[in-house]
Amino acid sequence: MKIAVCIKQVPTREWQPRLNDAKTWIREQDAGFEMNEPDAYALEEALRLKEKHGGEVVVCSAGPARVAQVIREALARGADRAIHVEDDGLASADAFVTSQTLAAAMNDETFDLILTGLQSDDQGFAQVGVILAERLGLPHATIIMEVQIVGDGGSERPPSPLRVKRELEGGWFQWVAMPLPAVLTIQSGINQLRYATLKGIMAAKKKEIRKVAPPSLPSGAVPPKQQIVNLYVPEKAKKTQIIGGSAAEAAKELVRRLRDEARVLS
Amino acid sequence: MILVIAEQRKGTLNRATWETVAAAQQLSGLTNMPVCVLVAGVNVGPVAKELAAAQVQDVVTVEHPALEPYTPDGFTAALQDAVTQLSASHVLLPHTYQTRDFAPKLAARMDRALLTDVTAIKNASGQIAFVRPMFQGKLTADVVPQGPAPHFVTFQIGAYRVDQAAKDAAPANVRPLSVTIDAAAIREKPEPPFQQAKQAVDLSQAERIVSVGRGIKEQANITLAQQLAEALGAEIAASRPICDAGWLPMERQVGSSGQTVAPKLYLALGISGAIQHLVGMKGSNTVVAINKDADAPIFEIADYGIVGDLFEIVPAIIAAVKA
Repeated sequence: MKIAVCIKQVPTREWQPRLNDAKTWIREQDAGFEMNEPDAYALEEALRLKEKHGGEVVVCSAGPARVAQVIREALARGADRAIHVEDDGLASADAFVTSQTLAAAMNDETFDLILTGLQSDDQGFAQVGVILAERLGLPHATIIMEVQIVGDGGSERPPSPLRVKRELEGGWFQWVAMPLPAVLTIQSGINQLRYATLKGIMAAKKKEIRKVAPPSLPSGAVPPKQQIVNLYVPEKAKKTQIIGGSAAEAAKELVRRLRDEARVLS
Repeated sequence: MILVIAEQRKGTLNRATWETVAAAQQLSGLTNMPVCVLVAGVNVGPVAKELAAAQVQDVVTVEHPALEPYTPDGFTAALQDAVTQLSASHVLLPHTYQTRDFAPKLAARMDRALLTDVTAIKNASGQIAFVRPMFQGKLTADVVPQGPAPHFVTFQIGAYRVDQAAKDAAPANVRPLSVTIDAAAIREKPEPPFQQAKQAVDLSQAERIVSVGRGIKEQANITLAQQLAEALGAEIAASRPICDAGWLPMERQVGSSGQTVAPKLYLALGISGAIQHLVGMKGSNTVVAINKDADAPIFEIADYGIVGDLFEIVPAIIAAVKA
């Protein structure tokens, strides 16, 4: 099994947003970055499939030079090598640009399975995996909670050797079978994440990161499909009463208001 | 024309479709374009009749045996054909798990823009902009689709209300549209949907809920939240990451992939308020947020907030309730 995992680097959860002067993107220099959480689950699933079925795990990421940090982390957790499509413009790219850029870089590799997180914690498109499948001409399934591969390859495999459990809304699930190769978008919580060991971190230093330039004009450049004209801190839907003071004072005041104002406590 | 793609399963309309109809009617007011609703599947007549109550130009039914059960290949083929035949300028869908599965494929096949999880439509200096959350709700963006029509837009569940959709006394015209699908080209073989386990806990009936997020830091601290729940006479619940980690069972998860709740009191402990969580609890009567980050999106929908260390505040609340 040759498995690709598409990983995005996103601002950390603790990051406090600051905007650029044009108010169309964030001030990147103020942000700390980390691996997009759903992608971390996709990586873990890929590593588990490799342990079960053999093969290799290749990390693919499209982004500026800083993305090398999460690529190294993925290699330290056990991925075998990486493809980095490097360009500063990819930091704020839309889902079409990102997926077509990845598709161009991944096309020659002929992967058996491509995994990615169901959406990113930054722009939150929830589109890249599905568009990537379409661009590579592959079937796909989204929001996956379990992956089964039937047979050992070659003639023993049924025509639809991939069987995946899709999460539906409200506690419902559905199994779907399909042929390989295919693209899956992975739901957070599908597995328990592993962390890099010291040995893994040392080994990662020797692993290959192949840098690729994005497709360029006039032949292959991908025009954006959406433009952010204004980015801002959301307006509050409710006027929150912030209760100050020491923990004891605030707690006492909160309980009083819940009893007397909101009347939701007896 | 503005085309709404309805969602139905086995003859039952997903109510989020009405929310999308409301959004389409607003867009129609801004663009002077008529609204048309499309419902695809097998035996969709009754659902089409239900939708014909909406104040729209017409309702189009797309029937084909290859559309039942749902597959992304089948829906993409059918809807590409239908959207092209109808020359839609905009294609609007609810942001459900099903549209997340096929809408990006459909937009990619037609090489057209897709804006997802949109919460509002506005006129931004002469052009139509679609409002969507970004960075887990920390920021909001006004986004303009680029390139030729049709532009695809999915709307966040609950962003528009079902009762906002205008209806007409006389039903809209219902007409069939035939499409071509190569059933042999459908690669996905779905099995019937199932529920993993009977939900033992029905949080939707709870009057009070204490809900736990990442701010609880470790599994051992769940006990503290349970003590608060006990003191308040509340059920315990959690955001997704807590259930992913196995600190509380999945059946206690509130949010788009868990339960939708509307208690009298919802007390969010260390929950930042990612949109996937907010959609499951924003119908709550009174929301209390306790978080160390004053900029956490949960404060946008909270009635009462305490900014600070929950490990100091929660024991103090327990003491205050018991006093």
